[in-house]
Amino acid sequence: MKHKALLLAAACAVPTLAAAAGSNAFNPDIALVLSGTYSDLQHNPDTYKIPGFPLAADSGPGARGFSLGESELAIYSNIDPDWYGMFTFSMHGDGTADVENAFVQTTGLGNGLTVKAGRFFSGIGYLNEQHSHTWDFVDMPLAYEVFLGSQLKDDGVQVRWVAPTDTFTELGGEWMNGSNFPAGGSGNNGRGAYSAFIHFGGDVGYSNSWGAGLSYLGTKSVDRTTCTDAGCTISNHLESFTGNTKLLIADFIWKWAPNGNIYDQNLKFQAEYLQNRNDGQFTPAGAAAALPYSGTANGWYVQAAYQFVHGWRVGLRHGQLHADNPGAAFANTTLDTKGHTPTRDSIMVDYTNSEFSRIRLQFNHDNAGPVTDNQWYVQYIMSLGAHPAHIF
Amino acid sequence: MKTFAKLFALALLVGVLRPAAADINVFACEPEWGALTHELAGDKADVYTATNPFQDPHHIQARPSLISKLRRADLMVCTGAQLEIGWMPQLLLQSGNDKIQKGRPGHFEAASHVKLLEVPDTVNRALGDIHPDGNPHIQTDPRNIGEVAKALTARLEEVDPANASYYAARGADFMKRWDAAIARWQQEAKPLHGVRVVVHHDGWAYLFNWLGIQKAGALEAKPGVPPSAGHLAELKQELAGNPAKMVVHAAYQDDRADRWLSAQTGIPAVKLAFTVGGTPGAGDLFGLYQDTIDRMLKALKK
Repeated sequence: MKHKALLLAAACAVPTLAAAAGSNAFNPDIALVLSGTYSDLQHNPDTYKIPGFPLAADSGPGARGFSLGESELAIYSNIDPDWYGMFTFSMHGDGTADVENAFVQTTGLGNGLTVKAGRFFSGIGYLNEQHSHTWDFVDMPLAYEVFLGSQLKDDGVQVRWVAPTDTFTELGGEWMNGSNFPAGGSGNNGRGAYSAFIHFGGDVGYSNSWGAGLSYLGTKSVDRTTCTDAGCTISNHLESFTGNTKLLIADFIWKWAPNGNIYDQNLKFQAEYLQNRNDGQFTPAGAAAALPYSGTANGWYVQAAYQFVHGWRVGLRHGQLHADNPGAAFANTTLDTKGHTPTRDSIMVDYTNSEFSRIRLQFNHDNAGPVTDNQWYVQYIMSLGAHPAHIF
Repeated sequence: MKTFAKLFALALLVGVLRPAAADINVFACEPEWGALTHELAGDKADVYTATNPFQDPHHIQARPSLISKLRRADLMVCTGAQLEIGWMPQLLLQSGNDKIQKGRPGHFEAASHVKLLEVPDTVNRALGDIHPDGNPHIQTDPRNIGEVAKALTARLEEVDPANASYYAARGADFMKRWDAAIARWQQEAKPLHGVRVVVHHDGWAYLFNWLGIQKAGALEAKPGVPPSAGHLAELKQELAGNPAKMVVHAAYQDDRADRWLSAQTGIPAVKLAFTVGGTPGAGDLFGLYQDTIDRMLKALKK
């Protein structure tokens, strides 16, 4: 009896037991990001083209005027001691919505091993895995837009292994459907994309940290089509590509914060180089026969975001693309570079009122197309509810 | 030649694997838990402390170096109560380490072993960066350290049963010295009882509760929101009617607002260690409370 009383007293002394009661205590975390953009674009975004580069379906500077940008709803939680799951529903500027992420991931394998299955952002490069609300600019760099259709997500399986080393070393590989750009069509019976990557990282003293990586993506396309005209309504304005695309990415990131305190001041520098090789058959719009095509293109960007005082950041970015000239047979197709070197320079200022709210102004001097486009953006990004911890 | 090659390969392997001299690897989120684990586990544990005393534990990034350290940990010792919510969940997900996941013996959250103060009735982000589970800065009361020490000793025994008797003996020895130190500190700190003190951030609830100190206001109008000129002016007005004896801030905090208030009201601004290593006197857990009390007593005499 005395023993029982002691037990009871001990149970009462544990204070944190109180709240967790009803079955809804097991509800997953819910995080809503409300994001909206106002865009002032000098040229009609429907006619946006980058000579030399067949673009993914919804590429370009976005819609003019007000749009909901990338509002997203994320639901996530541990499933049991060995599994974690996340679901993200994303609203796009054009009013459509889709499942951005829906994956389960192991937490119980140990030995540095993690397996993920479902729909997820590929782990290649640095920026590809970052959700849009964590980007330092409204849009992705040019190289990501032309080679990855902004950001590669697909359905598949991912395996990652963190090595037991002092310097962060992570090896990863993915096997995906190949349902999204740069893959296209039902290439390779639903096994159209593979990737492999290695990421390194570490600290230099308390104030500096870095990350670097090398990634490879191989995709297959069967009749991947590209519109050559606005609206994409006329069938003989479609080009198509059947073949293999190999993409190499080298990424580097450096972050500085005095003594590791990011609150008042911090600097983030990042640079990535992407090299893209296509081998296969290219059919120009309206042409009867396919032409054999092999071409290499590359692109890179450097950017820096500097928080000079709590709340305020400025950012600069330069991006550039280079493509092979495929020759006279490809004149006036999207592969025709017309001797043009696409570039885009961006500057942004943003104000962060709290960890949960940010307002941004951005200007792009966009020379990606044949005519210069001056683009202004005003954007808000606000987080409601739970807020998942950001990746580095 | 062949032998040489073999030796070379072995040397490489040893160099890569580098078996730690200690029996377990411990990942401590904050310096106080690193210090406590060191007190309890001695050289049986290789303790890595993820943050230094001049870093704000609310705002740490999920850096690659931390993933690497957590991947090899047998035991993680953190505060919990959502203090590390901005970084630990991501580290746990990326570590690929099953031993330290929530619910496993290697996952130790200190705040689950003490009574939390300031548990809010309503939770709303409009109130600032509040912690729904209660104030997580439990390390400012040494009695909490004692409670956590008992639980952590038991956890060390569970995670590393081969050394269980070693941990038990060390734990008992620590508790004896700790209880004696608490009694001594309480005696020394008697003059602080009932004294009104302004805080920079609401990080001192447990210290004040322990020593009977009265909070006279906070420089941050809402937790985590930097002191504003308007709020400081209001606070100055309030203090004119009902004065305080000092204004305290943690070593990691920017003390500009503290110095302003000190200059305006004439009360001393006092820097306190907040955690082990925050001030030269706070070299270990015993030094942390001794130095904290010494600094406040000194300010009281001014």
